[in-house]
Amino acid sequence: MNKLARWGLTMPATIAVVLLLVIPVMLTIATTFGEAAGPFSTYTAFFKSGFRMAVLYRTLQVALITTGIALVVGFITAYVIAQMPGRLKSIMIVAAVFPLLTGVVVRSFAWLIILGKNGIINNALMSVGLIGEPLSMLYTQGSVIVAMVYLFVPLMILTLVGVLEGIPRDLIEAAASLGARPVPTFLQVILPLAAPGLIVGAVLVFTGSFTSYATPQLLGGEKQMMMGTFLYQRAMVTFDWVGASTIAAIMVVITIGVVLIMSRMARRLNPMAV
Amino acid sequence: MATRIHPLLGAFAILVFFFLLAPLVIIVGSALSDTTFLTFPPQGLTLRWFANIFQMEAFRRTAITSLQVALLGTGLSLLIGIPAAYALNRYRVELPRWLSTLFVLPILVPEIVFGFALLKSITIGLGLPVFISLVVGHALLILPYSVRVVGASLASFDFSIEEAARSLGCPPLKTFMTVVLPNIRAGVIAAFILAFITSINDVSVSVFLTGPGISTLPIQILAHMEQFFDPTIASVSVLLMLVTVGVMAIVEATLGLTFLTK
Repeated sequence: MNKLARWGLTMPATIAVVLLLVIPVMLTIATTFGEAAGPFSTYTAFFKSGFRMAVLYRTLQVALITTGIALVVGFITAYVIAQMPGRLKSIMIVAAVFPLLTGVVVRSFAWLIILGKNGIINNALMSVGLIGEPLSMLYTQGSVIVAMVYLFVPLMILTLVGVLEGIPRDLIEAAASLGARPVPTFLQVILPLAAPGLIVGAVLVFTGSFTSYATPQLLGGEKQMMMGTFLYQRAMVTFDWVGASTIAAIMVVITIGVVLIMSRMARRLNPMAV
Repeated sequence: MATRIHPLLGAFAILVFFFLLAPLVIIVGSALSDTTFLTFPPQGLTLRWFANIFQMEAFRRTAITSLQVALLGTGLSLLIGIPAAYALNRYRVELPRWLSTLFVLPILVPEIVFGFALLKSITIGLGLPVFISLVVGHALLILPYSVRVVGASLASFDFSIEEAARSLGCPPLKTFMTVVLPNIRAGVIAAFILAFITSINDVSVSVFLTGPGISTLPIQILAHMEQFFDPTIASVSVLLMLVTVGVMAIVEATLGLTFLTK
């Protein structure tokens, strides 16, 4: 009876995930090995093509830069939030959560108004006479990165506030009472204790930006194609489904690889784990 | 931890919050501008762009679709997610560990890949109607929230209360509804909210599953933006932000906002 219950209760969700996610994704990946030219022909074609490799490199680059900036900005902000007294802290958390709950399209759209040819920055610079004609800031790697950082900093802040609040105050006081100056205290006490949280945040931001679609679509356009927009274009514009599936397979391998490696690292780095 | 913060760090944090909130203020400002192009600060104030949305059939229709998909998808994901979360916590020792990994797969697999795979397998492969595909796709996409968030509140639930009810002769389903469910109410509400917000804002999965005549609001916004760059989009964005405000008010009223950092 018990055995029946425990399997029966998990069964609908298990069947749903296997039938609608695992099998479809596996089938999609499987189609890439069925080419007449040989099982790995689409992959060799991908890795030999300058254009496709440029898309992959660009995506990795944008994701890494975004993750790096989000780590620094998010950590400092989360650190400040964690020090705040109760009321102010809640207000700051709300201010970080609000953008997070607002959709990707809306938040990317804001940067079209800010960075566009007739956008706020161009208008401001022109009216003070710093520039004669509008700068083209949209559809550059910079515009994609700015919007991505904007997208993911709240996520990093929220991940890290919880982690930083969990660091016992006694440890910092102990370090201080033993004569440690603020910088060594930070480097030798706070940073190692926050490392697992930093890794979790980094994984979330990296995978999120590596696989994003709407932001590179709106702010990067054709010129700054990334893996997500490339996959969509191959599938829905040129109807090259095997090509799209190849992109999908590469994306799956990279994201799951990063998650596995980093979560193992987070476990090893956790100084609180015995 | 609480120590004095360096003024430079404080100033930096203020700048970050400016960076986070200014774009949203800019959207609100440009939605009110009495011009046919997007501009900020607004030139003249008008609400006509909001009135304009309601006259545009495409926005009205897709907004309704988005709501239907979000409600049905969230409901479906809770319906299969809550029992799974319950079993995972109640019979933790007896169930294999890969099972809980399985339920986070929808977050682990890139959304855009999931959308594409769904299009190939169920919309085209099985010939399911677009609307059904959307609901099913969203339900799966948000399943991890149902399982994890409800699971987190089940983790602190004392199952001996349930045992007590059962040993006094209360049937299993009634025990769950009257004893377990009220105790994990906060988790269920939180899961609902997170799932709903994720669904209503989703682009990457929906972009593959919208078909002739059926689209969701974010996809419609994207399509509109490719052709027009007028304040209509800003005013739709403001309405979506109001939905977020509403949701946050519900969170505050039911759980308290500090819940969000836990």
